[in-house]
Amino acid sequence: MIIGSDDQVLVQGMTGKQGTFWSERMIEYGTRIRAGVNPKKAGIIHCGVPIYASATDATDAAPIDATVLFIPPLGVKAAVLDAINAGIGKIVCLTEHIPVQDVMYFLAAANEANCQVIGPNTAGLVTPGKNFVGFMPAFNERVFRPGTVGVISRSGSLGTLICLKVVEAGLGISAFIGIGGDPIIGTTTHDALEMLEQDPSTRAIVIVGEIGGSMEEEAATYAHQVTKPIVSFIAGAASPPGKRMGHAGAIVMGSRGSYASKRSALEAAGAEVLDTPGNIGQAVKDKLGE
Amino acid sequence: MLFEEYVAKPLLAGAGISVPTSRSVRTADEAADAARDIGPCMIKAQVPTGKRGKAGGIRAVDDSDSARVAAADILGMKIGGHCVETLLVEAKVPIAHELYAAIVNDQKTQGPLLLFSQHGGMDIEDVAAAHPNDLLQLPIDIRNGIDRNALESLITPTVPADAVDLLCTTLLNLYEVYTDNDAELVEINPLAITHDNNVVALDCKFTLDDSGIKRQHELSAKGTPENLTELEMRGEALGLRFIEFSGNVGVLANGAGLTMTTMDAVRHYGGEPANFLEIGGEAYTLGQAALELVLSHPNIKALLVNFCGAFARTDVMTEGIIEAWQTLEPKVPVFFTIHGTGETEAIAMVRERLQLEPYDLMDDAVKAAVEAAQ
Repeated sequence: MIIGSDDQVLVQGMTGKQGTFWSERMIEYGTRIRAGVNPKKAGIIHCGVPIYASATDATDAAPIDATVLFIPPLGVKAAVLDAINAGIGKIVCLTEHIPVQDVMYFLAAANEANCQVIGPNTAGLVTPGKNFVGFMPAFNERVFRPGTVGVISRSGSLGTLICLKVVEAGLGISAFIGIGGDPIIGTTTHDALEMLEQDPSTRAIVIVGEIGGSMEEEAATYAHQVTKPIVSFIAGAASPPGKRMGHAGAIVMGSRGSYASKRSALEAAGAEVLDTPGNIGQAVKDKLGE
Repeated sequence: MLFEEYVAKPLLAGAGISVPTSRSVRTADEAADAARDIGPCMIKAQVPTGKRGKAGGIRAVDDSDSARVAAADILGMKIGGHCVETLLVEAKVPIAHELYAAIVNDQKTQGPLLLFSQHGGMDIEDVAAAHPNDLLQLPIDIRNGIDRNALESLITPTVPADAVDLLCTTLLNLYEVYTDNDAELVEINPLAITHDNNVVALDCKFTLDDSGIKRQHELSAKGTPENLTELEMRGEALGLRFIEFSGNVGVLANGAGLTMTTMDAVRHYGGEPANFLEIGGEAYTLGQAALELVLSHPNIKALLVNFCGAFARTDVMTEGIIEAWQTLEPKVPVFFTIHGTGETEAIAMVRERLQLEPYDLMDDAVKAAVEAAQ
């Protein structure tokens, strides 16, 4: 999902420790990593692919469909703008703690260029059995067996647990879409929900939300017309208001962003919202009548 | 990060927005001196919270003696849980109109949003409720900034004609304050039009985007530190997000979502979490420091370790925990549940070095921890 089997993928910031570790795993899993970027190491071969000084140089050498960034917060804006200028259509932005005004800047530029941004602060995307981008344990078969359940998550760690629970129940995952834990992100819960509704390999959808913002409420306005069953878990019922719970986006301000508001919006749209993620696999199974 | 009025207003002045003459003081005598120099003035409590006026934290005085009395009353007052230690002594301004202006990071339009109302001087929530049609909104493309013509046609119908030009300039300057300082919010309420048609900021609320702190060192040094407990401060110094609660089940997990979920499950099974502490993201190698922190909580009766590795490798996190556990030899019972990247190595380590069996199901680990804590 989002990143197709034939998509040629670039890794910006490939030569660093995390970039290297995860590039090796992505390649091993089947993601078509074609090049990397590091302005200081242009010309070398790393993880078996050429390193260029910029995304523009990389696309001049060979076509690139998507890019994933392993870049520190203050370098992300320039790297994303480089990718947009290079004409890359899909950008997966993993970095946490990017200044919000930088995020708004590159999202505006991406929108204008008709380029899809996933994240920031996402753990990535997984299409089990085909490819993954980011830092998800796609290669762990207890977590990512191929199947028909699409999972949307603001959190990487919780999303991983949810996929594990789905697989434990005997089901499999059609796509994992990590949308990111920041308050302002390129692909929202609503966007991801639309993609899974249209995806022929997805039969049921799991929305993993958390307190803060209004993305789940906004997705609920669309959820009532979704034809596939939706099961959801929202993290943060036990979190107090006014405290930022790790993710920049996870904060309840007054009544805005509260657990109750998200839960009731999703329930009103026909989704089943669970108290704990423990039984989520069974709940999806029941919805599918299996 | 929040900024009090007396540190926020110089940001406005620096961008060319008029603010009244003022001085910040910390004693009643200093307030009296300031009032002698300034003349009729307002004595304003400096605390990082709203509704200062309603709480009695703002008073108008005409001379030095009454300034001393008012200052003595307000200093030491508790407003919204904050003790008043600083006052702003500020010249009185002859107000003809009180307006509202703000620029905020807006989730919906994914850009800066300018908010403006002809009804200032009250909470913006009240303005929105009482005069929803008068709360004007202008979404801004951060790549281009504010379009002056759009701004002018937006506000012209709502304000005196001879103030429009100066108001537009003020709002453009306000936008400069927003962009230059990585603001999450900058608000002037009230923004006054004076009898002689000047435009003056009578208050200022400024919030710095926490993710912008790393490139706003000079500015962030002036912000109000978050009201943290001693343990929370220790966590911050280590680069760990630690929040202390009153429960007795310690929670140590990776990633914000999983940590919140672990707390939710503790409550769901009848327990109360003692803390929020995540060691995910870049902090996943800090297992040892994290364990020491969570065990320092005085209430803790059981510890729940819930790792689900994606970016964070569970073997690296678990190794840190085990090493710290063997050094500290704590007496509280610990319950592990580990999944994802590195789980095979991590589970083997717990078995071999702590002679413990990690729970395969998170819910079982939570139930066991809650039971042990009771």
